[in-house]
Amino acid sequence: MIRDITIGQYYPAKSMIHRLDPRVKLVCTLLYLVSLFMFRSISGYLIATLFLAAVIRISRVPFSFIVRGLKPIVMLLMITVLFNLFLTRNGEVLFHAWIFTVTEGGLVTAVYMAVRLIYLIIGSSLMTFTTTPNELTDGIEALLHPLNKIHVPVHEVAMMMSIALRFIPILLEETDKIMKAQIARGADFESGNIIQRAKSMIPLLVPLFVSAFRRANDLAMAMEARCYRGGEGRTKMKPLRYKYRDYAAYIVMIAYVVLVVAVGRMLPLHVWIF
Amino acid sequence: MDMVQTEKLVFEYEKRDEEGNVIGSSRAIDQVDIDVKEGQFIAILGHNGSGKSTFAKHINAILVPTEGTMWVNGRNTGDPDELWNVRQSAGMVFQNPDNQIIGTVVEEDVGFGPENLGVPTEEIWRRVEDSLKAVGMIEYRHHSPNKLSGGQKQRVAIAGVVAMEPKCIVLDEPTAMLDPVGRKEVLKTVQKLREQKKVTVILITHYMEEVVDADKIYVMDHGRVVMEGTPREVFSRVDELKSYRLDVPQATLLADELRKRGLKIPEGILKKEELVNALCQ
Amino acid sequence: MSIKLEHLNYIYSQGTAYEKRALNDVCLEIPHGEFVGIIGHTGSGKSTLIQHLNGLLRASSGELYYNGENIYREGYDMRKLRNEVGLVFQYPEHQLFEIDVLTDVCFGPKNQGLSPEESRERALEALRLVGLKEKYYQSSPFELSGGQKRRTAIAGVLAMRPKVLVLDEPTAGLDPKGRDDILDQIAYLHEKSDMTVILVSHSMEDIARYADRLIVMNKGAVMYNDEPKKVFEHYRELEEVGLAAPQVTYIMHDLVKRGMSVRTDVTTVAEAADEIMRTLVHHCTNS
Repeated sequence: MIRDITIGQYYPAKSMIHRLDPRVKLVCTLLYLVSLFMFRSISGYLIATLFLAAVIRISRVPFSFIVRGLKPIVMLLMITVLFNLFLTRNGEVLFHAWIFTVTEGGLVTAVYMAVRLIYLIIGSSLMTFTTTPNELTDGIEALLHPLNKIHVPVHEVAMMMSIALRFIPILLEETDKIMKAQIARGADFESGNIIQRAKSMIPLLVPLFVSAFRRANDLAMAMEARCYRGGEGRTKMKPLRYKYRDYAAYIVMIAYVVLVVAVGRMLPLHVWIF
Repeated sequence: MDMVQTEKLVFEYEKRDEEGNVIGSSRAIDQVDIDVKEGQFIAILGHNGSGKSTFAKHINAILVPTEGTMWVNGRNTGDPDELWNVRQSAGMVFQNPDNQIIGTVVEEDVGFGPENLGVPTEEIWRRVEDSLKAVGMIEYRHHSPNKLSGGQKQRVAIAGVVAMEPKCIVLDEPTAMLDPVGRKEVLKTVQKLREQKKVTVILITHYMEEVVDADKIYVMDHGRVVMEGTPREVFSRVDELKSYRLDVPQATLLADELRKRGLKIPEGILKKEELVNALCQ
Repeated sequence: MSIKLEHLNYIYSQGTAYEKRALNDVCLEIPHGEFVGIIGHTGSGKSTLIQHLNGLLRASSGELYYNGENIYREGYDMRKLRNEVGLVFQYPEHQLFEIDVLTDVCFGPKNQGLSPEESRERALEALRLVGLKEKYYQSSPFELSGGQKRRTAIAGVLAMRPKVLVLDEPTAGLDPKGRDDILDQIAYLHEKSDMTVILVSHSMEDIARYADRLIVMNKGAVMYNDEPKKVFEHYRELEEVGLAAPQVTYIMHDLVKRGMSVRTDVTTVAEAADEIMRTLVHHCTNS
């Protein structure tokens, strides 16, 4: 169950997207996320969809794998959809029962919001699927490098992120194991009111914390033993250098943003959201 | 030349009460003298809590002596200026395969050490390739460590140490959490490294079968070295080993049992072939 | 009180790219009171198998009967099953969480709905059974040594008074003495009570010493299911799947090759010594 979470995982494959410089992927992902909120019409959605579909295709990450990553946000998605569906009063009334009213505007907003959220998740998880956490942190480190001047420990923060990403699957597996062990001792994680449930988490959380600390301690020792002493004097196995394809990717991205904003705002196809 | 040498090494843990005041100390290592020559294969045996792991951590200067001195490759581990030289000369592989792999891709993890040392990029790539080949994991270079078996993870950890080109590799119970297949994999890898790279190996373990090929064995108990000698010398003292919560290979045990029942079998039998030969004369 | 598995299959992540068949048509019967060893290398399906025994995992297909009752039938009381089939996981000390040993061991009985007094009674009994010294009962579990922690964790399951005790590699990471102590304790438990004991292990030597019956798992299927002595006769086949018979078995086979007429179905050092002495004496009196 817990092992199904794919967000933040790396999906090894040989693709154009995998080979791009992480800085490009970070900047482009950010641009794409922002672009999702920049258009207002169905034509904009069309372009954003096509663009995302094209990138997924090129990345060679199986679609089913990406969809699995959406599972954890289903609840959030439902809530957003329901709120938009019933609370937006705009346009023709499509359905009315008791206190629930669904309007055309509400329906459209709900669908669009859901699509945006889904694209947001897919867009950002596509980045983590195609970028190893090490590359990712290298990218963040490089992009945030200017902050070093105002004494932000950029390297250390980046290192912490990369270690966190490495340990997510391990700790999830551990949670699964401890949970099973306590269930075997008669623990019940599923029934009871919210306070009882919170209490029933103690047998899970205490061992998990103990284990996390033990791992952290071991890892710190292993890092020291391998001469880790912060960012100073460190060389890189995979230094970041822009190549032609990276510039090309920037150009494609900018072209997409211009297109989606221009078309999405200029060519309204009968529905407006804001 | 001496690779690792200690003189009356003592290490004490401070015991603290709940407020953090020191209320006493306990000796984890007590007056240990050990001498390891370059290129040797040394084994340190002892039960859990005998002080063997604490000792191992001194070789890498993760811990420094409370009293006495330790030299690694001629450098005093207590000298803060020598810290990084010591750590580079003596690489360390730990027990838990999950908790010592830093990278999320095999090759990036192996590159971690050389990166820290400030090795130029092209050289890092050469070393990573070379060490992954040495441990037989080159075909897994683009894999995630999480998907590997325990034995494979340990081999990656060994490659990570080899890439730093140390003169000495300390393995602190590298097989304790592995299954028999993984255990064999790791030992074979260590054996191969000794032959190819001529590195000094210090193996800390409580599995007796792993140390029959060692040049010398030290047995620790309560922080002290209580037995030392060649495997043959040490394994001929079965009852003494048992008193230190240790165990001997079944061949040795059977030879000892037969000797006790009056058969004339030479002392210090280590392998099953030796016992079979002795019985069939 | 028997456990019976009929054509049990289990498939991980069914329907995804990571689909993996972990159990393949497993048929087994474990009668009450037996000491069964399960052996197999990592990934052979042995851990998956034992998680079916108390219903933590549900088979993809096939049936599992406990005392003749199908546990997959609708309305079957899983909690009751979990009370009767105690499962001790690998590195069980990682599940300890209470402030002291005694309270931690009480966790199981309390979940069974027993009163605090009864729980305490059960916990004390379990702690005595695993041989943990009384001076540790009030200590924090995190202050104990590795072997003591493990005893505490095993007591945590024993305190529920299971009828079947399943242990997944209870000796992993312990030193030789610690390993022997735990195994002796388990053998003693089995002898004293009428519990069924199912021991999962990597070590043929350990299984040979204690188990009445040995189940060898390979690639999710049962490869052998017989008396240890009989299973070890297949030492060549065992090697092919990454396992091995105890070292003494090999010694006996080598002796036969060299012309000594010893029995080869020998699995422990003491047996081997007896057999060699018997043959040699016999040999001497004959010649």
